[in-house]
Amino acid sequence: MAEKTYLEAINLAIKEEMRRDDGVMVFGEDVGGEKGGVFGVTKELAAEFGDERVFNSPLGESEIAGLATGLGIMGHHAIAEFQFADYILPAVNQILSETAKMRYRTAGDYTAPIVMRAPYGGGVRGGFYHSQSTEKIFAGQPGLRIVTPSSVYDAKGLLKAAIRSEDPVLFYEHKKLYRAIKDDIPDEDYTVALDKAKIVKEGTDITVFSYGMMLQFVLKASEKLENQGISVEVVDLVSLYPLDQETIVQAARKTGKVLLVTEDTKEGSIMNNVSSVIAENALFDLDAPIKILAGPESPSMPYAKNLEDAFLVNQDDVLDAMVELAEF
Amino acid sequence: MSEIVIKMPPLGESVTEATIASWMVEPGTNVKKYDPLLEAMSDKVTTEIPAVDDGIVSRLLVEEGEVVDIGTDIMILDTISDQTDGILLSETKVEKAVPQNSNSLRYSPAVMRIAGEKGIDLNSVAGTGKGGRITRKDLLNYQPDMAAPVKKTVVTETVSKPAPVAPTASTTKSAPVQKGEGTPVSSLRKVIAKNMLKSVTEIPQAWTMIEVDVTNLVNARNKVKDDFKKQNGYSLSYFPYFVKAVSQALINHPKMNSSWQNDTVITNKEINTSIAVATEDALFVPVIKNTNNLSVSGIASEINRLATDVRDKKLKNEDMIGGTFTVNNTGSFGSIESKGIINAPQAAILQVESIRKEVKVMPDNSIAIRNMVNLCLTIDHRLLDGLVAGRFLNEVKANLENIDETTNIY
Repeated sequence: MAEKTYLEAINLAIKEEMRRDDGVMVFGEDVGGEKGGVFGVTKELAAEFGDERVFNSPLGESEIAGLATGLGIMGHHAIAEFQFADYILPAVNQILSETAKMRYRTAGDYTAPIVMRAPYGGGVRGGFYHSQSTEKIFAGQPGLRIVTPSSVYDAKGLLKAAIRSEDPVLFYEHKKLYRAIKDDIPDEDYTVALDKAKIVKEGTDITVFSYGMMLQFVLKASEKLENQGISVEVVDLVSLYPLDQETIVQAARKTGKVLLVTEDTKEGSIMNNVSSVIAENALFDLDAPIKILAGPESPSMPYAKNLEDAFLVNQDDVLDAMVELAEF
Repeated sequence: MSEIVIKMPPLGESVTEATIASWMVEPGTNVKKYDPLLEAMSDKVTTEIPAVDDGIVSRLLVEEGEVVDIGTDIMILDTISDQTDGILLSETKVEKAVPQNSNSLRYSPAVMRIAGEKGIDLNSVAGTGKGGRITRKDLLNYQPDMAAPVKKTVVTETVSKPAPVAPTASTTKSAPVQKGEGTPVSSLRKVIAKNMLKSVTEIPQAWTMIEVDVTNLVNARNKVKDDFKKQNGYSLSYFPYFVKAVSQALINHPKMNSSWQNDTVITNKEINTSIAVATEDALFVPVIKNTNNLSVSGIASEINRLATDVRDKKLKNEDMIGGTFTVNNTGSFGSIESKGIINAPQAAILQVESIRKEVKVMPDNSIAIRNMVNLCLTIDHRLLDGLVAGRFLNEVKANLENIDETTNIY
């Protein structure tokens, strides 16, 4: 066991997979050389694996996705980094039309077994173009997986599973968590299932679903509520698309009171899909309307500190929503 | 004047916690806006936190050395004006008005289903939810005899089949398992635990021990101890003699006074001796600076000052840093042999065990009763080997054996 941050766990996962498989390579904007990425996620990789396996790409995201897909067709488990999840938008056509459909349209002759990493989320004073949650853009495209780790353990194990997967995986990393959470994780090789939601904490009064930074708020609030006699079941979605419907429905049925927490704006968010799954399958176990706590319907997260705070769901919001649901 | 709460301000992107390295003010200090209040240390930087307004320090809420989350209340300031910067201050929370709807007659799908399955008359159930709403839990926990007395309970077959007093599955509680009592760990203890773990996991530690005849040292100290106490007000123990002998030996063995840091061996120019001082619930390792320039009496005075500060909880940050070698007085607990854990990033730690009388064969084959002591040394085997450690220990031994009644302690 060794204590690592979320960021160090991701770095370690890439390192170990590159040692294990010569076909794994890493590229993207500023990921190579001594810089090792704008957040330092790919630090030390170029030094160990050379500039041919770890290299900088031009500032063209469509090209990054296209190159990754091509490398995938050639059998490489390539890792492409989008510097921010906001910058993935120019690559949408490649990802939805080419990457996701490769296996289907070639009747299984070719696949794109690649990982596209993208740091998402707000709360770091990133302003409009460095704070967005763009995962919802891709949710709903069969052929594609979208996953996000919300613990240090998962950061390493989930990325390893993504790299080894024969499917294309969009790997969303919450940039606020990079250095905010640290934990002891095993030294041995391990993976985390790409398609399973996780019951992070068992409880009997209300069930709260979340992921990313919001999950940290949920866990803190549930500890507080435990002392007040309110027992909270906490579920980490892990897989944002496709959803682990079985686990989601089961956890919702358990308490009949469901709260969904996301920092994304409400309509069209991942949580709307979760809500729909629960409404469709668990109606007669529901004891309260499904509640979604989300950001405001506003174009993007502002830069000014007070406005960013106003935009983001915070610790108190989460606690209040949980208490309200428990009392309902 | 009004009281405002100063919080630990954000120290940069993705920094979530910081250590209070040192307070630069105390209760009663008059501060001007932008005066430094404290030094905060994150894993990235050490930085001074300025006052947000003029005022008088009312209370410090966090002690030096504690690690706090960003946004934690750390100090209360009595302000003179009411003009303050927003972000560092606590905000008063405005209570949301909650409309009180009566929910007592609205049933959720779950409640309708369970009532149907169990044949429960919802009029007989007292709701515990908001506005008197009947919740799913109310029905799962429902037993016929809990019904409101004014209404007649409709007992159908489905509920009467099981023994009437048998609780339903969801209310069954097994007897609690007897467990040991848990005590939350203090933040100081956490720091100690972290350092200990870091030391044993990162450093390959080797261990050796020698025995020294300190009969002459014992006699020398006994001769001067009463006068010393009279002059200085505190006792002269054996420990300063050992610290002195060690620091003398370190001059000739700079490798023992070095440090392994990121594949580089740093040889320290100063000889600063860390000494372990235990309190009831924690372990401190304050530092005697430039020990090699001090006499036995000078070392005794420093030890007395540091130990007193630890006991009075007044130990200053500057007295905690810069140690290059640790000498640990395990003998004071009666120990005769112990294995120290290196105080990283130092290269070694020496344990001075208790002095005991033993029957010894002397060089001329006579038998004598002598005062013996064990010195136990733990070394960082990455940079030190048995040879250097052995030579060092033998020099410490020689230094100790050279002390006699003619040795001047001043």
